[in-house]
Amino acid sequence: MVSVSDVPGAQGLSENQLRELYYEMFLARSVGERARMLSRMGKGPFAVTGEGHEAAQVGTAYAMTPGKDWALTYYRDLGVALTLGMTPRDLLLAHLARAESIESGGRNMPSHFSSVDLHIVSGSAPVSTQVPHAVGIALASKLRGLDEVAVVYFGDGGASVGDVHESMNFAGVHKLAVIFVCENNQYAISVPASKQAAVTDLSIRAQGYGFPGVTVDGNDVLAVYSVAKEAVGRARNGDGPTFIEAKTYRLVPHTSDDDDSRYRSREEVAEWAKKGPLVRFAAWLEENGVVSKDEIGETEAKAMAEIDAATEYAEAAPAPDPATAMRHVFVEEE
Amino acid sequence: MAEKTMVEAVRDALSDEMRRDERVFVLGEDVGGGGVFRATEGLRDEFGEDRCMDTPLAEATIVGASIGASINGLLPVAEIQFADFIHPAFDQIVSEAARLHYRSNGAWSCPITVRTPYGAGVHGGPYHSQSIEAFYAHVPGLKVICVASPYDAKGLLKSAIRDPNPVMFLEHKKAYRLFREEVPDEDYTIPIGVAATKREGDGMTLVTYGLMTRYSLEAAEEVRGDDGISVEVIDLRTVSPWDKDCVLESVRKTGKALIVYEDNISGGFGAEVAATIAQEAFDFLDGPVTRIASPDVPLAPYSGVLEEQILPNPQKIAAGIRKLAAY
Repeated sequence: MVSVSDVPGAQGLSENQLRELYYEMFLARSVGERARMLSRMGKGPFAVTGEGHEAAQVGTAYAMTPGKDWALTYYRDLGVALTLGMTPRDLLLAHLARAESIESGGRNMPSHFSSVDLHIVSGSAPVSTQVPHAVGIALASKLRGLDEVAVVYFGDGGASVGDVHESMNFAGVHKLAVIFVCENNQYAISVPASKQAAVTDLSIRAQGYGFPGVTVDGNDVLAVYSVAKEAVGRARNGDGPTFIEAKTYRLVPHTSDDDDSRYRSREEVAEWAKKGPLVRFAAWLEENGVVSKDEIGETEAKAMAEIDAATEYAEAAPAPDPATAMRHVFVEEE
Repeated sequence: MAEKTMVEAVRDALSDEMRRDERVFVLGEDVGGGGVFRATEGLRDEFGEDRCMDTPLAEATIVGASIGASINGLLPVAEIQFADFIHPAFDQIVSEAARLHYRSNGAWSCPITVRTPYGAGVHGGPYHSQSIEAFYAHVPGLKVICVASPYDAKGLLKSAIRDPNPVMFLEHKKAYRLFREEVPDEDYTIPIGVAATKREGDGMTLVTYGLMTRYSLEAAEEVRGDDGISVEVIDLRTVSPWDKDCVLESVRKTGKALIVYEDNISGGFGAEVAATIAQEAFDFLDGPVTRIASPDVPLAPYSGVLEEQILPNPQKIAAGIRKLAAY
């Protein structure tokens, strides 16, 4: 019997793995939608999400070993955080700034993912400052003789920041196990890619730093997974960094405070929505007989139930104790 | 015990700590070859180039990579060649190193040390002379040390490296080879945040740090001979956190406070000391809380004549002591 793993394009993934990919993508999409909805209801001051980026995020994270490899995310990376093991509950607790949030206990803005156990490093808001951290983490892995890989995420706007260029240079010189993932959604808030860079494919920059760069269709989760898997393999073998540019499209405003209709037409967004990563992958799964329409519906219902339960839990969870506002400026002595 | 210069004491502290804990490593520009001030001389020979690592010339990433390495279990000691060149790393230090622990509710920490030579008086011009401590003392989550003596340098650098928080370790470059003093060969540490009363007195409290400690001691000696003014000289050694108790206790005894620092006067760290004294020891004051510092011009002009005009020196400090004593 021919298994789905043999289907061209399946990248050797089993049916269960393919279903899992879809589940994580749908979860990321729906947690994002839920977060934005809660903000509109006045339940969280701010939301920043990544609808449209699911293939780029889930496809790369799925190639990593959770808890071993390191993820340095930016604020759109719900799909990375969820694929590596953070839960909708973790994300929504952070969204509502609850005491229990493992991201920050209400100190950091939401979508600044963090889990010590999962090696998801707490991030900030200045763009691309996380990139040198990936270099340092990989440097430490090398000095300590560990075969961990550090995967760092940023957008097309972030790619313009000096920290990215310095880091690519450093990682190239020391042949570090860093994977630079640029989620190129073609807009830095309102600024189009043409005003961000004079090249079409940002991945060609890798050449200048002495390692491979690849541009991939960031709305095709299997294509993304394929290049990420190869990059992880190279990094783990000591063959150095890779730059992956996943071309995609943000289907929602930059944040809950943005109105994207002032800089892009509704027609343009609708066109991209038709090419979105979830519709495409669902169609592929059906065409290749991995799932039926009904099964997709069941998967989505399961994800929504998880998100509903997480929402209920997070809404009921207590806010931080004001008396703790001064804690953790410095490491507290035992 | 031997008499050593400050740069030798820094080198001793680095090599001691690298021997003591294999997680400690040094990185920066030219550190492999010993560095422009020779503070890392011999480390590459003893520990190899992985632990005394030459980096690309990119300050933000020297600090940023240090942060990452500390997240992944190492204890990096980054060298920024001159404090004047640290500004590209400001974002990494302020946004990242200082905030990582707080923003993650204590989950992550950042035990890095950033060493850098600072200060004027060596004909360094506007880009090899700056005092940067006030920028960083302003930021919660950072510790900031200013040393200008061999004994303090060794003991405080060891404390900095062992501290679980990010520490800025500022070494006054003019003090590197200015004088020698006894530095114990054995391991010792000086606690961060504890001032040293370098000279006791009851007529006035002089609060200072860095190279100005030496100049202030010279000035205190001069006025004692001339005028019989008794000055208590306190070297803060650490500007964040700083030893308020030591300063306030002294001011409550002497009733007068003179603050001496090399940085530009406006918004300099001495302003914080002055404000604290005014607020906490007002009832004990018998004269205006006074500051002696550099005027608000870019530090420092290259010409020796211009530089001397700008910077505090023992004569200017002595004049300030006399004026306040006469109040």
